[in-house]
Amino acid sequence: MALSNNEAKQRSSKHDTSRLLEYQRHDGPLNILGFWIFLATDLILFACLFATYLVIRTHVDGGPTDKDLFEIPGFTIETLLLLTSSFTGSLAVYEMRNFNKKRLIGWLIVTVLLGIGFVGFEISEFVQYVGDGATMQRSAFLSAFFTLVGTHGAHVSLGIIWMISIIRQVVKFGIEPINARKVFIVGLYWHFLDIVWIFIFSVVYMTGVVS
Amino acid sequence: MSQSHVKANEKHPLFPIKNVIGFVLSLILTFVALGLGAAHILPFGPIMLIIMGLAVLQIAVQLFFFMHFMESDGPAYHVIGLTIGIINAVAVIGGTIWVMTFNSQVH
Repeated sequence: MALSNNEAKQRSSKHDTSRLLEYQRHDGPLNILGFWIFLATDLILFACLFATYLVIRTHVDGGPTDKDLFEIPGFTIETLLLLTSSFTGSLAVYEMRNFNKKRLIGWLIVTVLLGIGFVGFEISEFVQYVGDGATMQRSAFLSAFFTLVGTHGAHVSLGIIWMISIIRQVVKFGIEPINARKVFIVGLYWHFLDIVWIFIFSVVYMTGVVS
Repeated sequence: MSQSHVKANEKHPLFPIKNVIGFVLSLILTFVALGLGAAHILPFGPIMLIIMGLAVLQIAVQLFFFMHFMESDGPAYHVIGLTIGIINAVAVIGGTIWVMTFNSQVH
């Protein structure tokens, strides 16, 4: 009985309008906390790939080294695209909290387009490497490189599909508690991928440039 | 849920000043890292240490300017979650490098 009372209490606070929209339903804060914990575990996945890369970075087996391969303009463009998309993603949440549906959708679309640009540049970078004989099978260094950077690229690609599906829901249902929570969470995911990229930029590309 | 920091009636700024500051800071950090790396003015060790320091600052910019890290409905459990994640990540990367470097010194 106590339990059902508790549940009734939670449900009645469903539309507690003193809170931000994404925290108004009782499951909103739980979903957001759960997503932060997912990000913590995803961080460990990337930590394992970074650790592998750092250990076998110099094991090139007579093939191309990181210094031969990485070109500053290419990875700088990728970095700027992703940094800017992280910024526009944060503007989407800002406009959502001002209840501006059109601008929210607009910034989400800009974020998706920048994300597509990033993935496009990354694919053309990979294609160029493979054309030069720097395939995943060539050396331990290249296996680690393609696994680490490719896993990040796969995350961004998934994020693009996810964000497009959320744009569709915002168009259909507008700014309400469930959509607000979804926009906030996809934003967290997107900023997290930017953090991971900053480390790929520093650990993978800058190490190649400096060494 | 008493310590709610997620009040809707808090005034929203008319211009997203926090977001713009975050973006400018992240651009500055990126170009400082690029400039340092391309200039070849320091040996490999110290320069990578500085670049990693700049990357850690980038995380702080993303968390505090974009990810609303200080926001929580009730106790900030997500801070504990992320802290555990970071401790594990540091242990995995630091431990791996330590063990593998030790191996190469023995041979």
